[in-house]
This record gives sequence, structure tokens and C-alpha cells, in this order.
Amino acid sequence: MAVTARPKLDAQKQRADFPIFNELIHGKPLSFLDSAASSQKPRQVLDAMQHFYETSYANVHRGVYELAERATAGYEGARETVGRFLNAPSPREVVFTRNATEAINVVAYAWGLNNLGPGDVVLVTELEHHSNFVPWQYIAHRTGADFRMLPLDDEGGLRLDALDELAGAGRVKVVAAGMVSNSLGSVNPVEKLAAWAHERGAIMVCDAAQGAPHRVVDVQALGADFVAVTAHKLCGPSGIGALWGRMELLEAMEPFNLGGHMISRVTFEDTSWGEVPAKFEAGTQAIAEAVGFGAAIDYITEVGLDAIEQHEHELAGYGLDRLAELPWVKTYGPPTDRRAGIISFNVDGIHPHDVAQILDGEGVAIRAGHHCCQPLMAKLGVAATNRASFYLYTVTEEIDRLVAGLHKVRKILS
Amino acid sequence: MSDQMYREVILDHYKNPRGHGVIEDADAEAEGFNPLCGDEVSIYVSFAEDGETIEDVKFSGRGCAISQAATSMLVDMAKGRKATDLAQMPKDELLEEIGIPLTPIRLKCALLGLGVLKVALHRAKGTPLPQEWAGLDELELK
Ligand SMILES: Cc1ncc(COP(=O)(O)O)c(C=O)c1O
Repeated sequence: MAVTARPKLDAQKQRADFPIFNELIHGKPLSFLDSAASSQKPRQVLDAMQHFYETSYANVHRGVYELAERATAGYEGARETVGRFLNAPSPREVVFTRNATEAINVVAYAWGLNNLGPGDVVLVTELEHHSNFVPWQYIAHRTGADFRMLPLDDEGGLRLDALDELAGAGRVKVVAAGMVSNSLGSVNPVEKLAAWAHERGAIMVCDAAQGAPHRVVDVQALGADFVAVTAHKLCGPSGIGALWGRMELLEAMEPFNLGGHMISRVTFEDTSWGEVPAKFEAGTQAIAEAVGFGAAIDYITEVGLDAIEQHEHELAGYGLDRLAELPWVKTYGPPTDRRAGIISFNVDGIHPHDVAQILDGEGVAIRAGHHCCQPLMAKLGVAATNRASFYLYTVTEEIDRLVAGLHKVRKILS
Repeated sequence: MSDQMYREVILDHYKNPRGHGVIEDADAEAEGFNPLCGDEVSIYVSFAEDGETIEDVKFSGRGCAISQAATSMLVDMAKGRKATDLAQMPKDELLEEIGIPLTPIRLKCALLGLGVLKVALHRAKGTPLPQEWAGLDELELK
């Protein structure tokens, strides 16, 4: 392997961009280890949104006045930024949605209802977040399609060897898989799944909500047909996400929401739809949030996705090593080389809620629960886990405080 | 926060739960589950001769310290009381006994046992569950 000098990420320096780290939590410095749920926001993103509101805000696509033009330029500029970020062939293939969940629902409804039926197979993985699971389960039930799951191996990897047998069950029409598991941190071989899907004439829907914040997402290299992302996990605001789709599919699809802006011509008798992407953007969108989304992409691209990936990889290794020192802690998921910056774990005999509660008293924020992956939790044979997750501002001291906190948990509850 | 939440009496009930177990042929029983965190509680009640006085209560289950300790405290409070009285017991009575500040999420943990006990009693008496417990929708009361 060629050795390339990657610019290393200095998390301590990045932290200075995030006002939240000035907060004390129960009188203690904040160790924020829940970025997989949502990331914190740098001043650059907050400023971009504030500036937009103060200088350029109006509704988009409607007014003929200067301000409306500025607002439209901001909103459409953000679309171009998202398009470049995902290496989309055209920014017109980027549809703004409220979040990744809505992006997947657009596909499940607007594509699924017209393209699925009895004898068809919808294939998801046992790892999926409810966002990429429940819509498909529902649409499969509604259309009479078969809903199947690709199983996991013991390390939480996808069992690609089971694919061909699953294909025997019928015509595979959709393969829906996440790029990175939010529960186990496993990085999934989505390119292989996409290739396999296409060999069978199926579409590939990739949930990149947990991928895009942490590694390069290139929709063309990926070979997917639809890719869902969400801004709030990549330093952007909540309330906005995007669906990328291949133009011919988007053009052939029915609309999802109906109302203003998504139309071409409306008469008493009938309505014709606007062009893609307007066809999928009914009503006033989250305009300043789109601008914030663009600013967040600029921010993380400036830091460098490769550097972020490398940094989190090191943190995952460090975290797994530190947790391995505690014989009463069990970690789940793949080894470091196939894992993003996410570690799910349990403390022997102590419920995750109690763990998280006591850690909170130490200023350490982790997630405790089923992480919107109840099918996966059932598979692991647990009701819930604790999850520590990292981002570009995470420092090893935060992981040290987690470990110290876990000792305290044991002291109080064992 | 956590130091207040895990105060001595809570830890005592968590580590040494009162009335842990099962009553075979219970006069009233029910089971509840909090899908949010996987807390599970089953409660078994036997009545005295008068068919009204709570003679014995036991519970089984697994879950966080708050749900298990609160249920254990509830068991202590329930013994010797009248079924109809207990079936009407306000949440606050238990919450005062628990005596710690609870966030909305942990409130559900704390009230799981009481919800299950109420279901058991109302079911045994054939009376409807009071309206205020509709707020416990997210608990799957079986
Ligand atoms: C893997 C994965 N997919 C989808 C989502 C849903 O993202 P959002 O809530 O922004 O729609 C999440 C976030 O929790 C996630 O981790």
C-alpha cells in the first residue's frame, strides 16, 4: 500500500470551533460521546445560518425581488454543495428532505408503491436502523412483496454468502442497506451489495446517514440508485437532509408530498408535476437549514473526510483497548479495521440506563437504549446497550473519562 | 444528579429487592414491558380471606435500578392495604416514597411497577383502568 501523508486531524484544535464545549455539565467538562445520534455544531455553521437570516432571507423560487434571489441562491447553492459532496452527476438529482428518514420514505412510497408487488422481494439487513427498515417492511406488506433480511455473522458483519439463497425466494427488487451501522459501527460492503442488486435488476438504496459524516460518500463509485443523508449528524442543523437519486428513476417516480412549488400546472381538473427536484419539494422548505447544511459540508470537507475517518479509527482502537481493560464490560461489533467510531457495550449486570445516568453525573454523555435497532438487539440477545460514539472533535481524554465513569458505575451499583 | 438518583434507599431496594419471586395461583397478576429500555416487571398478588386485603405481593422482572427499586418499594407499601384503595393509589404517593428527582424518561421506569400492579388489581376486580394511566401508553401492559 502506498504511504500517503494524510494531514492529521487535531481534535483539540477543532474543539475550539464548537461553543458547546464551553458548557459545564453538572459542574464538569462535557465529554460528548453521542455524536452518532447527532453531532454538535461549529461556530462556522451557526454563523452561516445567522448571516443568511440577517442578510438574505426570504422565501425561495417565488419573489422577483433582490432578497428572494439571494435566498434562492443560498438554497440552490447548498444543493450544489450537497451534490459535489456526494459526487452526484448533477445537483438536480439532489432532493432536499427533512432528514434521512424522510429521504428513505420518499423512495419507499414514491418508488415502492408503483414498483413492488407479490412475488417481489425487498431485502434489508438485520443491522438496519428503523429508518431503513420500517418503511420497507410497511411498503412490502402493503404491496404484497416479500420482506427479507440479510443475516449477520458473529462480529456483526453482513453474511454476503446468504445472498444467493435469499434471491431464490423471488424477484429481488430492492436492496436497502446502511453504509455504517449506528449500533455496532460496522462498515458495510455496500458497493458489493449494489453490484449484486444490479445483477438482478434490483435497485440499491443506501442509507448513508451514518456514513456521510465520517467517510467519503461517492454515489457514482458506490453504484447505488438512491442515497439518503442527514445534515444534523455531520455538523449541520436538524430539520434537513437529502435524497440523491438517479435522474431517470426520480423522473419516473410519482411525487411524495403534494402542494405548492412541486407543480407545473394546476387546473380544477388536474395537476401536472414540476421538474425534478421541485417535484419532491412541496411547500416551503427548511431554507436557512439548507444553507447550514452547505456550511457544514464545507466545514467537514475542509477538515477532510479522510482525516476524520482516520481520527475516528484511532479513537475506536483506543476505546476498544481501554474497554478491554475492564473484564466486566462486553463490547459488540467488528474489530477496529472494519469499524467506524462507534462502540456499543454493556456492563455486567447493570442496565444501560443506569450506566448512562451515572456517567451523566460525570459530564459524560453516551446513549443507552436500542438505538432504533430493535431487530438487531433481539439478535444480540440484549434489550439495550450503551453506545459511545466519536467525531472530529472527540479527544482521548473523553474516552478516559468514560472509563473512569464506568469504574464509578460499578462502585455504586455492584 | 446521579448521586441524588442513586441514593442509599434506592440502592438498598435494588440490591435487596423485597418480595422478589412468584406467587403460584395468585389472585391477581399482570406483566408489563417498557420497550424503550426493555424493563420488565411481573406482579403477583394474593388477597386475604376477605378478598379485599392484600395479603402478599411478589414481583419478578429485570431492568434498570430505578424500575426494580421502585417496584420493590411498591411491594412494601402494598402489603396489608385494601385492593380497591391500592387500585386508586396516586402516582405521587409512590414518587414521594422514591423521593428522587426523575427525568421524564426515568419516570416511566419508576412507574412501570405501579402500572402493572394497577392492571393486575383492576383486572381481578373487573374495573376499568383509570384514565390517568392512559399516559402510560408506551408501556406495553399485557
Ligand atoms: C444508520 C442511520 N440511519 C438513519 C438514521 C436516521 O436519521 P434521521 O433521524 O436524521 O432521519 C440514523 C440516525 O439516527 C442512523 O444512524
